[in-house]
Amino acid sequence: MTDRLPDAAISVSGLEKSYGTVRALAGVDLEVPAGTVLGLLGPNGAGKTTIVRILTTLLEPDAGSARVAGLDVVRDAAALREQIGLAGQYAAVDENLTGLENLTMVGRLYGKSRAAAKRRATELLERFELLDAARRPTKTYSGGMRRRLDLAAALVATPPVLFLDEPTTGLDPRSRLQLWETIERLVAEGTTVLLTTQYLDEADRLATSVAVIDHGRVLAEGTPDALKDRVGGERVEVRLDDPACAGSAARALAPITDDSVEVDGNLVTVSVHRRSGAIVEVVRRLDEVDVGIEDIVLRRPTLDDVFLALTGHAAEEAENAQAAKHAQEAAA
Amino acid sequence: MRRLVTDTVVIAERNLVRLPRAPELLLAFTVQPIMFVLLFRFVFGGAIETPGFSYVDFLIPGIIVQNIAFGGFVTALGLNEDLHKGLIDRFRSLPMARPAVLAGRTLADVVTNGLSATILIVTGLIIGFTFHTTALEALAGFGLLLLFGYAFSWVFAFLGMLVSTAEAANSVGFIVVFPLTFISSAFVPVHSMPEPLRAFAEVNPFTIIVDAMRSLWLGVPAGNNVWAAVAWSLAIIAVFAPVAVARYRRAVGQ
Repeated sequence: MTDRLPDAAISVSGLEKSYGTVRALAGVDLEVPAGTVLGLLGPNGAGKTTIVRILTTLLEPDAGSARVAGLDVVRDAAALREQIGLAGQYAAVDENLTGLENLTMVGRLYGKSRAAAKRRATELLERFELLDAARRPTKTYSGGMRRRLDLAAALVATPPVLFLDEPTTGLDPRSRLQLWETIERLVAEGTTVLLTTQYLDEADRLATSVAVIDHGRVLAEGTPDALKDRVGGERVEVRLDDPACAGSAARALAPITDDSVEVDGNLVTVSVHRRSGAIVEVVRRLDEVDVGIEDIVLRRPTLDDVFLALTGHAAEEAENAQAAKHAQEAAA
Repeated sequence: MRRLVTDTVVIAERNLVRLPRAPELLLAFTVQPIMFVLLFRFVFGGAIETPGFSYVDFLIPGIIVQNIAFGGFVTALGLNEDLHKGLIDRFRSLPMARPAVLAGRTLADVVTNGLSATILIVTGLIIGFTFHTTALEALAGFGLLLLFGYAFSWVFAFLGMLVSTAEAANSVGFIVVFPLTFISSAFVPVHSMPEPLRAFAEVNPFTIIVDAMRSLWLGVPAGNNVWAAVAWSLAIIAVFAPVAVARYRRAVGQ
């Protein structure tokens, strides 16, 4: 079990950071209660990684303040490093060392004795199902294994606050799921997590609360469901056998949604708030009125949908615009 | 302070553990130097005149010092690699002593230098090298070697951080090491060189070191050589260690 923290495990106020002329953060405020998960959602270049680097003492902000685990990220940086764990986008493990050696090294750098570090390393390897590969150099590990090792390294000192920077980017679906389950277990044990991601489904699954970041600012904050509702929730798209039935299909489906049912030729779209049972419900109702279904899909909102709803442009456009702006500013 | 020491040792261990697993590195510390020794002794040796000593006696101190320079250059590569991969972030987010990363690397170099020097001495002994002095002086020479090697590790650590890719680090290292080691008294007597090169060689710290080694191992009249070599080593550490640490701080500060 991790120690109890003051109410807000992470609190950020007015954070600003520029790299030369490039404005990475333009005033960010965040609050993460202890034992919860905050998802920072945004495209590349939005400023998510900069926020994480500041909160993990790797960078100093130009303005604003931040406290993690009750400690100031600048003034109490040294003490703070004992309270945090960081697992980054690029698994930060030494490729030439074995899994066991990597974790033991991290343990010793936390001040543990060699024996204690080794014990803790073995414990973590077992927990992350890496025991078989423990004595092989990590350069022989698969991508999923490396991420698990990276996460294990972040947990060596059982930190009360964990920072995960795009933990599943580039992983295959199975590894993704495994990692999600591991993170959920950690949260259940009381760890506070701040994770950055480009994937709304990841934020949806793991986060208690989501903050959407664009151009170094927080655009919106709320629970994943609240965010999805803002975008119109999830949509069931039905392709009918016969477009003439669209009318009766729309009438049959109207009761299950708060919004109107959209009809476009033989494509009927209805927004729903609850995923579970949505498809079954739609199929049942359409069956009751004898409408034939050619195809049915439950479309989940993506980051693009969120961005479109919040900013009027898609996330990819935001990325490109950001990159262009940075290039312009850098050249100026 | 105690943390600095333990953390430095942890990092040094990590750097050393990698060696047996990276065959290219291991070759650089073992096979390559031996090849150089054999090359110079048997291919060039007959043509180079070294009044007072057999070429092999003249050669060994020189080639060991050159080998140390190349070893220090491997430091630069490793550090450059670390800097550009996520591992440095991991180190910096840990409550470890900040200078330990550099200090650990240079400490590991002392060990690898000692190792390659030993291999070269043994090879030398096999092909005809002999110590002309006492055991104490021979050991003092070995110690001086390690001190100088340590000093140059810091130089290479600094150089390694000036460049942004491993390939560039490779080139820079080479461009620096080559003239420094060859335009010195390491392989040929300085007086055999044409005037401009001789002038460079005479002020080259490598010449001073090699001459000091020859005093300690072959009994060449020392003059101030040994003390000058020690002074140079300490001066290099005093200048390049802080400079390297400062550069490191800047390199990771963004």
